[in-house]
Amino acid sequence: MTELRTHTRQSVDWWLIGTYLVLVVIGWLNIYAATHSSEPGSLLSWSSRAGKQFVWILSSLGLAGAILYLIPPRMWESGCIPFYVAVLGLLVLVIFVSSDVKGSHSWFNLGPIRFQPAEISKISTSLLLAYVMSQQNFRITRWKDFWTAVLIIGVPMLVIIGESETGSALVYAGFIFVLYREGLSGWWLGAIGLVIILFVGTLRWSAYWSVMLMTAMLLLCNTAEGPAHLRKGRLLYGGIFVLVMGAFPFVLRHVCNKVQAHMDFLSSRVWVPSAHETYHYTWSFLLDVNPLWVLLGLCGLALPLLAVWAWHQKDRFLAISLGVWLAGVALVSSTDYIFQHVLQPHQRSRIEVLLGLKEDPSGVGYNVLQSKIAIGSGGLFGKGFLQGTQTTFGFVPEQATDFIFCTVGEEWGFLGCLVVIGLYTFLITRLVLDAESCRGKFTRIYGYCVASCVFMHLFINVGMTIGLMPVIGIPLPLLSYGGSSLWAFTLLIFIFLSLYRNEKKYF
Amino acid sequence: MTGDRRHIRLLVGLGAAVLLLLGSIFSIQLLDDRYKQDADRNSTVYETIYPTRGAIFDRNGAVLVGNKVAYDILVSPREVKAFDTLALATALGVTPEFIRGKMDEYHRKRASIGFQAVTMMRMVPAETYLRFEEVKYKFPGFRGQSRGMREYPVNAGGNLLGYVSEVNQRYMELHPGEYRSGDYAGMTGIEAAREQDLRGEKGYHIYLRNARNQIEQPFKDGTMDKEAVPGKNITTTIDAQLQQYGQELMAGKVGSVVAIEPSTGEILALVSSPGIDVEQLADIGKHYNEIAKNPYKPMYNRAVQASYPPGSVFKLVNALIGMQEGVLRPEMRYPCSHGYHYGAGHKLGCHGHRSPIDMTESIMMSCNAYYCYVLKNIVDNRKYDSPADGLDHWNEYVKSFGFGRKLGSDFPAELAGSIPSSRTYNRSYGRGRWNSTTVISLSIGQGEILATPMHLANLCATIANRGHYYIPHIIKASEGIEIDPRFYEPQYTLVDTTHFPKVIRGMWLAVNAPAGAGGTARVAHVDSLDICGKTGTAQNPRGADNSVFICFAPKDNPKIALAAYVENGGFGAAYAAPIASLMAEKYLKGKTSRPELEKRMMESNLMDRVKHD
Repeated sequence: MTELRTHTRQSVDWWLIGTYLVLVVIGWLNIYAATHSSEPGSLLSWSSRAGKQFVWILSSLGLAGAILYLIPPRMWESGCIPFYVAVLGLLVLVIFVSSDVKGSHSWFNLGPIRFQPAEISKISTSLLLAYVMSQQNFRITRWKDFWTAVLIIGVPMLVIIGESETGSALVYAGFIFVLYREGLSGWWLGAIGLVIILFVGTLRWSAYWSVMLMTAMLLLCNTAEGPAHLRKGRLLYGGIFVLVMGAFPFVLRHVCNKVQAHMDFLSSRVWVPSAHETYHYTWSFLLDVNPLWVLLGLCGLALPLLAVWAWHQKDRFLAISLGVWLAGVALVSSTDYIFQHVLQPHQRSRIEVLLGLKEDPSGVGYNVLQSKIAIGSGGLFGKGFLQGTQTTFGFVPEQATDFIFCTVGEEWGFLGCLVVIGLYTFLITRLVLDAESCRGKFTRIYGYCVASCVFMHLFINVGMTIGLMPVIGIPLPLLSYGGSSLWAFTLLIFIFLSLYRNEKKYF
Repeated sequence: MTGDRRHIRLLVGLGAAVLLLLGSIFSIQLLDDRYKQDADRNSTVYETIYPTRGAIFDRNGAVLVGNKVAYDILVSPREVKAFDTLALATALGVTPEFIRGKMDEYHRKRASIGFQAVTMMRMVPAETYLRFEEVKYKFPGFRGQSRGMREYPVNAGGNLLGYVSEVNQRYMELHPGEYRSGDYAGMTGIEAAREQDLRGEKGYHIYLRNARNQIEQPFKDGTMDKEAVPGKNITTTIDAQLQQYGQELMAGKVGSVVAIEPSTGEILALVSSPGIDVEQLADIGKHYNEIAKNPYKPMYNRAVQASYPPGSVFKLVNALIGMQEGVLRPEMRYPCSHGYHYGAGHKLGCHGHRSPIDMTESIMMSCNAYYCYVLKNIVDNRKYDSPADGLDHWNEYVKSFGFGRKLGSDFPAELAGSIPSSRTYNRSYGRGRWNSTTVISLSIGQGEILATPMHLANLCATIANRGHYYIPHIIKASEGIEIDPRFYEPQYTLVDTTHFPKVIRGMWLAVNAPAGAGGTARVAHVDSLDICGKTGTAQNPRGADNSVFICFAPKDNPKIALAAYVENGGFGAAYAAPIASLMAEKYLKGKTSRPELEKRMMESNLMDRVKHD
C-alpha cells in the first residue's frame, strides 16, 4: 500500500475529540466535587487536586495538538519497535528504583511528578501489535504468528504483574478482542469465558456443578456446530454421558440416603478426593466406596469410548471438546490450589468478597460497600453538584482517582451515570467504526487496541465501584484524577486520530 | 476474514457489557432502598437528647422518685489516639486495667463499631465527671453525655417503686423498635407499670459528619431536629409517711402490710419486708447480686406475691356467707369445748373461752368451733344436692370478695391465691368420697385456702364499706395520667350489705371490748379511733404460726383498712395487730400515742425464726 499525499480532503474526527473533551471536563468537575471539602480551593487553584487536574488537562491538550499537528504520523509505525523495547526497559527498571506505593512498585518519582510506565506500555504494546499484525504475511490462525502476538502482549503483562500491578495487567487481556477482530477463532473467547465460569463456579458453588455446567455447555456447542450427521451422534452419546453423570448424585442419594457424608462432594467447594479420607464409613462395605471414585470411574469408561467414536467418525470438533473437557476438569481440580497458593492474600480476599464467600465490611468489603452506598444514594437525579455526602465527606476511599465514578453516581444520579457511560460507549463505538473504515491494517488494528483498552478500563473500573468486579485499582479513563493516566489516554486516542487523519488523506 | 463482520459482534458484546453495567447501577440506585438508608446513617450523626424521666409523687405531693444528673462516658474508638491510660483511669476513678480491657474489647469489635461512639462507663456521678471534664482535652475520642438518674428523697416503697436499668437484648426484643441499646427502662414496680408515661420521648439533633466522624454542620440547619418530650409525672396513692413508718415497724420481720382507703380502693401503703432500700434501687446494677443472694428475697413483693393461709380473719367471710345463706343467724349460739369434735375422736382445737357464744362473740373471741358449725351448715345445706354443690356455692361467695383471683390491681405481678372448690377435693379424694368434715379447716381459713395480704386488705376494705370494694390500685389519676375506669366501679360481693354491720360489731368488740370480755385484739385499741379488727393466727408448716390482723378505722365512715401479715409472728395480737393499729393511728392522727409498743415493734427481730429454703 503506497502512500499518496495528494488529497487533504478529510480532517480529524471532531466527534471523537468532542467526546474526549466532554469526558475530561466531567472528570475535572467531579474531582472538584470529590475533594472540595477536604481541600478547599477553587477549581483552578494549584493547591487542590482539581486545580492540578486542570493543569494536566491543559498539558494534555498541548500534547494532543502536538500529536495532531507536529509529529508526523508515520513515526508511530516506524518507531514502534524501539519504543516498545524502551518502555519494556522502563517497566523492568521501575521494579528496582521505585518506591513502594501501596505494595506496588510501578511508579517513577521524578521530583514533583510521578509517572507509571505501565500507562505508556499500553501505547507501545498497541503500536507494536498493530505493526506486527499488519504485516502482509501475518496470519493469526498460524500458530507461529499467534504466539508472536501473544508474546507481544504477554511480556509487558508479565512484567507489570511483577510490579504487583495485577489490575493494570488485566487490561492487556482486552487485546484478545483485537486478535478476534483479526481472525482469531471465536472459540478462544469462549474458552476464556469458560475458564472464568469454572473458576467462579467452583469457588462459589461446587466443583461437581461446575464440571456439569461445562459438560452441558460443551454438549450444546457440539450439537450446534458441524455437519448434521455428526451432530446427531454427538447429541446421542454426549447426552447419555451428561444424563448419567448428572443423575449420579441423585441415584446415589436415593440408594444410600442414610449416608449424607457421601453427598458432601456435591456441595464441597473443591473436588479433592483426599478430603474424603477423613470420613469413617461404618455402614457397610458397599458404602465404603467413595462415590467420587465411582463417578471418576464412569467418566474414565465413557471418555475413551467417546474418543474412539470421535476418531472413527474423524470428528475433530468432538475430539477437541473432549480435550477441553479434560482441561476443564483439571482446572476445577486445581482451582483451590490456584486460589490458595498462586493468588496473593489481598487478591484472594477481594475475590472472596466479590463472590460473597466472606463478609468483610471493615476491610476489603468496606471500599465496595461505601462505594455502593454512595452510588445507591444518588437515585435517579442525584443529589446535585457538590451536594454529595458520601463522596465529599470521605467515606469512599480513593474518591478522586479509582472511585471517581461514585461521585458521578451520587451527585448526578442514574441519569449522570447514563450520560457518562453513554459517552464512553459512543467513544468506543466511534473508535471501532473509524477503525473499520480504514484501509490500512495498521491504523485499524491500532484503533481496535485503543477501543479495547478504553473498554477494559471502563468495565473493570465501573464494575468495581458497583461490586460486579473485584477491587482492582485502575483508573477510569479521562475522568480519574492523575496526570499519568490522563496523558496516557490522551496519547492513545490522539495517536489514533492522527493515524486516522493520515489514512483519510488517501481519498 | 473480515467478511464475517466481526466488528458487529464485538459492538454487540460492548452493548451487552454496557447494559450489564447500567442494569446494575439502575438496581443499586433505583430499585434498592437499602443504600440510601445506609448513606443517611453514614453521613448523619444523631445526637440523642434523652428526656427527663417523669417523677413519682406520693398522694400528698411529696416526691418519692426524682431525678438527678449522672454522666455516661462515651468513646469513639476510631478517634482515640495513644493516651495516658493511668491519667484517664485516675480521672474516671477506675483501674487502668479496666480501661485497657475496654479498649481491647473495642479493638476486637472494631468492625461492628466502625465510626460509632460506644458507652464505656454508665452513670458516672457528677463529681467524677467534672474531674474528667477538666482533662478531657488530653483524650480525644472520649466524651461525656449527661443522663438523668433516679433519686429517692425518702426511703419509702422500694419494692413498689421498682428500679430502672439499662435494657437488655431480651427486653428490646419484647418491645421492638422502642428501645435501643443503652436506653433505660423501668423493670419492676411502678417504674415498669407506668414505663410508657414515665419515659417520655427521646429527641435528637442531627449533624452531618465526615468519614472521620468529625461533625461538619447541623443537618438542614436543625430543621429536622426533634426535641425530647419529658416523661409525665406519676402521682401514686401511697402516703410516703405511712409507707416509711410501716417499713420501720416491719423491720426485722418477714411479712407485709397493706393499707387501703376503703372509699376509693387507693393503696395507702404497701410494705413488703424485708424490702429493697431506695439506695439500692438507685444503683441496682451494683446491688443486684447482693439482693439476689439475700435468702429473704427482698425483691419478692410479699404484699401481692406471697400466698398464705389467711387464718382466723377468714371467719368473717364464713360468717357473712352463713348469714346470706340463711344458715346462720347472729343470735345463734354454738358450744365450744376447747374445740370442735367430729368424726371418731377428731377435734379442731380452740383456746379456752366461755361457751356457748353467739356470732358477735365468736368474732370477738375468735372461736374456732363456732365456724366449724357455720361451715358445716353452709356445705351441708339441704337446699343443695350434695356437699360438693354446697362447697361450690361457698366458693362462688368467697370469690366475690376478690379471693382466689387476681384483683386486677394496676400493680404488676399480682398473685391470684386459691380458693378450693369441689373439683379440688374430687381430685384428691374422689367424687362423693368427702364431706363437710373433710373440708372443715376451711372454716377457720386454713387448709386449701391461699390469699395474699392484698386480698386480706381488700376483704377489710369490703367490710369497712359494708359490702363492696374498689379494686386496689396504686396510681392516682392526675394531669395527663388516666387510670382505668374499672378502678372507679364499686365491686359488690354476693352478700347483702345488711349483714355487714353485724360482723363489724364483732370486730369492734374484738378491739374495744372491756378487759376480761375476751376481745382478741385489745392491743390494737386506740382511744377515740374506733378501730375494728380481727386477729388471725395462721398455721405455718415451717415453724411458728403467722401473725395476722386486719382492721379498719374509724368504725363509721372508715378512712383506712389494713392487713398485716407477719411470718412466724405467733398470735395475731403479738405483732400484726400492734403494727396495723400503729399505722392506722399514724395515718389518722399523724402521730402515735404508744411509744413503748412502737419501740418494741421496731426493734423486735424475728428473722431467726424464719426458715427459708
